[in-house]
Amino acid sequence: MTSVKIFIPQDAAALSVGADEVAALVQTQAETHNLPIEIIRNGSRGMLWLEPLVEVETPNGRIAYGPVGCEDVPSLFEEKFWEKHDHPLCHGLTEEIPFFKKQERLTFARCGLTDPLSLTDYRAYDGFNGLENALKMSPADVCQTVRDSGLRGRGGAGFPTGIKWQTVLGAESDVKYICCNADEGDSGTFADRMIMEGDPFSLIEGMAIAGYAVGAQEGYIYLRSEYPHAHRMLEKAIQIAYDNNWLGDNIQGADFSFSLEVRKGAGAYICGEETSMLESMEGKRGLVRAKPPIPALSGFFGKPTVINNVLSLTTVPIILAKGAAYYESFGIGRSRGTQPFQLSGNVKQGGLIEKAFGLTLRELIYDYGQGTRSGRDVRTVQVGGPLGAYLGDNQFDLALGYEEMSEGGALLGHGGVVIFDDSVDMAQQARFAFEFCTIESCGKCTPCRIGAQRGLETMDRVIAGDNVATNLDLLEDLCELMKDGSLCAMGGLTPLPVESAIQNFPNDFYSKTDCRS
Amino acid sequence: MTRFTEWSDLFAEHLHQKFKDKKGALLPFLHDIQDALGHIPPAAIDHICDSLNLSKAEVDGVISFYHDFKKEHDGRFSIKVCRAEACQSSGSEELVSHIQKRLTQDGTDTEFHIEAVYCLGNCALSPSVMMKEKLYGRVTPKRFDHLLTLERTPHA
Repeated sequence: MTSVKIFIPQDAAALSVGADEVAALVQTQAETHNLPIEIIRNGSRGMLWLEPLVEVETPNGRIAYGPVGCEDVPSLFEEKFWEKHDHPLCHGLTEEIPFFKKQERLTFARCGLTDPLSLTDYRAYDGFNGLENALKMSPADVCQTVRDSGLRGRGGAGFPTGIKWQTVLGAESDVKYICCNADEGDSGTFADRMIMEGDPFSLIEGMAIAGYAVGAQEGYIYLRSEYPHAHRMLEKAIQIAYDNNWLGDNIQGADFSFSLEVRKGAGAYICGEETSMLESMEGKRGLVRAKPPIPALSGFFGKPTVINNVLSLTTVPIILAKGAAYYESFGIGRSRGTQPFQLSGNVKQGGLIEKAFGLTLRELIYDYGQGTRSGRDVRTVQVGGPLGAYLGDNQFDLALGYEEMSEGGALLGHGGVVIFDDSVDMAQQARFAFEFCTIESCGKCTPCRIGAQRGLETMDRVIAGDNVATNLDLLEDLCELMKDGSLCAMGGLTPLPVESAIQNFPNDFYSKTDCRS
Repeated sequence: MTRFTEWSDLFAEHLHQKFKDKKGALLPFLHDIQDALGHIPPAAIDHICDSLNLSKAEVDGVISFYHDFKKEHDGRFSIKVCRAEACQSSGSEELVSHIQKRLTQDGTDTEFHIEAVYCLGNCALSPSVMMKEKLYGRVTPKRFDHLLTLERTPHA
């Protein structure tokens, strides 16, 4: 009898709800039932409300069970879940689950399918095809291919990746660097973590391609310290890549060498800002640098440096494997390709949805998310992290694309969508936006450092019902100043959640009992 | 490999050898000390200054900038509770109140303390808590009580 293949994710989200304990129990139950099994600890499929998601391989494909708690494991075995598929937790074929079926997985094509640390799996699912193709091309052609694909910075700024690479390629220097920004600090985002844990070789491959394309031989991944599991996975994957000559000297016999190292952050949100990240990597306080010079010309230790987000770099391999035209054929307007959206907060079906740009928030919230977990009405969503706008129902038909969102007064950011039900007090959310900025501001420029503090105090007065109209006028002025005068997006965008909350939900502010008027 | 649990000449030399030729070595240097000792003692700061040729102000400035580095350690066990937006939408503030009440009631606030963090990257399974680098999702007050009991049970 051949052994039954059972997949139980080792993604941090799955582990956070007991995947390790479930895997251990599945192993002992299988022994009790004399069932030969092989447990594969894959990445997450991204259907996080079903975690821990246990899949069993059948001739027709993998069958999904979830969320599986330890208490459910004995009944799965009693009902022979590997043969019969009528257990209450059974969802049928994983890839037929509507949440998954409708997706367009390019960047996350492998995530959840494979054992993240198996090089054999990675190769079997087209891994390193992109790097192999790149090594046969000239560096300039690789940059041009990335440019033609229309890929833009997935960290949120949306700057064309190919143009950035061409700038670094054109810079004259004996030393250049590739720095991956893995300081995924925005609340509501977890795609970087998921792919670093679920398909770490794709990041290694993307960075090696970037190194070849611009003439850099050293790469660094700046990883936030809140991700210890991703750190372990990356360290293991990097070692495997070195052992198999996908990193190191003369990669696969080519005239190209590339080294890679993980640098751990130390709990500072601002270090996700690229120049602050460079300061931190150089061993300094994470103070934002004034631009120019841009990091592409003067970055890490003053050398030309490519700084890309994890998702930009993990998307590069498929572009080189399947061509710019293939990737470019997805998307709308100037937003080409796909975006891994992350649906979270008070949502019934939270998780990762990779889809071509152009779908609407309403589709994300109701088709994929199925509304709130609490069962109450959706009141608002915050899109793009703590510096993103709070949108109301009348904006849910906005198409998700860089320009489309900014025309609607919002930003796409890193693709995080956080859902709130109707119990939310928007004045408190506006207050929190300032509070967060007081905690995380690097302090270099006054509009951000002092502005956030004054904003917080003013919001406290509004919430206390103290001269509400006057204080809201004051807040408007303050927001203008922060937008115009801040050095980076921290101070420059903190007004966005505040102003959008006031504009879209005025009753939450003006209804505060005004004890003076 | 030796595991260091207190500041010593041996630990100092080990760190010096490990980091003296590394680019931008200060953060990894501090992490190694923080991980081993739970804080950065004054003697370690003097050593870093010598080893990396930095001024005390530079090293102190970096320690005070980052939330992870602490100059003192009161021995209490840190319960990191995410207080960012995605967790707020799913009851993290209620969870914080519950934990505070629970620790005060039990008199265990001498052993444990709450540390606010902003995003643990587990936003779809909020609210989230991290203890000893282990992440927990869907943490209701009831589940927290259970986790705390497990944490306090001596491991075999």
